[in-house]
Amino acid sequence: MTAYKLPPIDPSEITPRDLFQDRRRFMQLAAGASLTALLPHTVLAGEQLAGVTKSTDRLADELTPYKDVTSYNNFYEFGTGKEDPAQNAGNLKTRPWTITVEGEVNKPKVFDIDELLKLAPLEERIYRLRCVEAWSMVIPWIGFPLAELLKRVEPTGNAKFVEFISLHDPEQMAGQKSPVLNWPYKEGLRMDEAMHPLTLLTVGLYGEVLPKQNGAPVRIVIPWKYGFKSAKSIVKIRLVEKQPDTSWMQAGPNEYGFYANVNPAVDHPRWSQAKERRIGDFLKRPTLAFNGYGDQVAQLYAGMDLSKNF
Amino acid sequence: MKTLNNEATAWLKISVFLLALIPLFKLGISGYFDNLGANPIEKITHRTGYWTLSFLLITLTVTPLRRLTGCLWLTRLRRMLGLFAFFYGCLHFLTYLVLDQFFDWDNILKDIIKRPYITVGFAAFVLLIPLAITSNNRLIKLIGGKQWKLLHCAIYPIAIGGVVHFWWLVKKDITQPLIFSLLLGILLVIRLFYKWRDFVK
Repeated sequence: MTAYKLPPIDPSEITPRDLFQDRRRFMQLAAGASLTALLPHTVLAGEQLAGVTKSTDRLADELTPYKDVTSYNNFYEFGTGKEDPAQNAGNLKTRPWTITVEGEVNKPKVFDIDELLKLAPLEERIYRLRCVEAWSMVIPWIGFPLAELLKRVEPTGNAKFVEFISLHDPEQMAGQKSPVLNWPYKEGLRMDEAMHPLTLLTVGLYGEVLPKQNGAPVRIVIPWKYGFKSAKSIVKIRLVEKQPDTSWMQAGPNEYGFYANVNPAVDHPRWSQAKERRIGDFLKRPTLAFNGYGDQVAQLYAGMDLSKNF
Repeated sequence: MKTLNNEATAWLKISVFLLALIPLFKLGISGYFDNLGANPIEKITHRTGYWTLSFLLITLTVTPLRRLTGCLWLTRLRRMLGLFAFFYGCLHFLTYLVLDQFFDWDNILKDIIKRPYITVGFAAFVLLIPLAITSNNRLIKLIGGKQWKLLHCAIYPIAIGGVVHFWWLVKKDITQPLIFSLLLGILLVIRLFYKWRDFVK
């Protein structure tokens, strides 16, 4: 008697590893979608964004639950407590909203937010977010590369840096009544960092319009840098020749640098950056250089002393 | 009500004891109902630290308040309040040891040596231990009142250390450490004032 031999599987039939690993996310999204259908509209902060290309690059890391992503935020415009933004951001009016792009560009322009949303195809990007306070999340952002916007205004040869300026309106942003930071919130990038394909002009997360506490209606996300580099509720983007001063650099020049690349080898002067607590985890995990994006971005800093340019 | 009889004192002590457990009770309830937010370990660390400092300051309020009001029975609450400061301090330290670091001794040692806010916080906690151990009548007798008093003056550096620990760890918003500092400052200045007045007399 000959033993039964399993018929060989045609390679074309094998589920790609990515898709296979994707099943959990599919189920999460399906669950989320059915919830959306069931719950009254007001329960969920944002409307669904249409026409979003699903992310193709997968992280092995599990997504941080929507509830945590939208209830644990550093957004001092709405208070310094982690839960303050979710409570106080309701006053923020995200329409009408314009983003002025100016400075060292041939075609300065004021973009209406709804025009901006259609400027380039929206993509989902699953990124790790590492806060300078040594906690982290994994978030499915939606947006398009900042480079798409910058190309359209034609930066001049003098454009060496990009400055992001957030909304300054204490009526809408109660936290700005306190001088805890220099308002408006300012952040900046070097031109090559700003043009890097990973740098995402972000308008949504988890399939929906960006919730207010996460920086609505438009923010920047730079996954290899500490979270504070990712300016929220942006109203102005300036291309400039000199390295801009940022709010956190002014707040603590020896603690917060211009580059702020995630770096386990360079500690914050008061605490270690070697490990981080992923929200939802019990044990801390080692922090990765450039937050795990070294292959894509390390060459931007070749030859630089990263302990000096922290 | 400058003096209370034994029965009233006993009731008062039980009431204060139960009141002092409320922060722990609230923390337990929040934990049970999964209400500690996205980063529960951080929240437990902050709450227990907050109450350690609060009980240190409450303990330090007893003597000036007694002198101001003449209510002698206040002193009979002092030991319990001080022990509650130690109790919340223990919870705070255990949160760091177990939940935050999970017995990562290497890292804990590095933290204590390298991180000034942890150095000073840890030192304050260690200093609290002998005060807690000697907070019973037998040991007071054994040590002798004078030495006991001297030993318990350590509460001043401990409270100052605790407040400095808070200052050094906040990222930017200094509101809370500032309030604790002001309150501690007032409590210390009142003592200096009484010292000076006693000296002049």
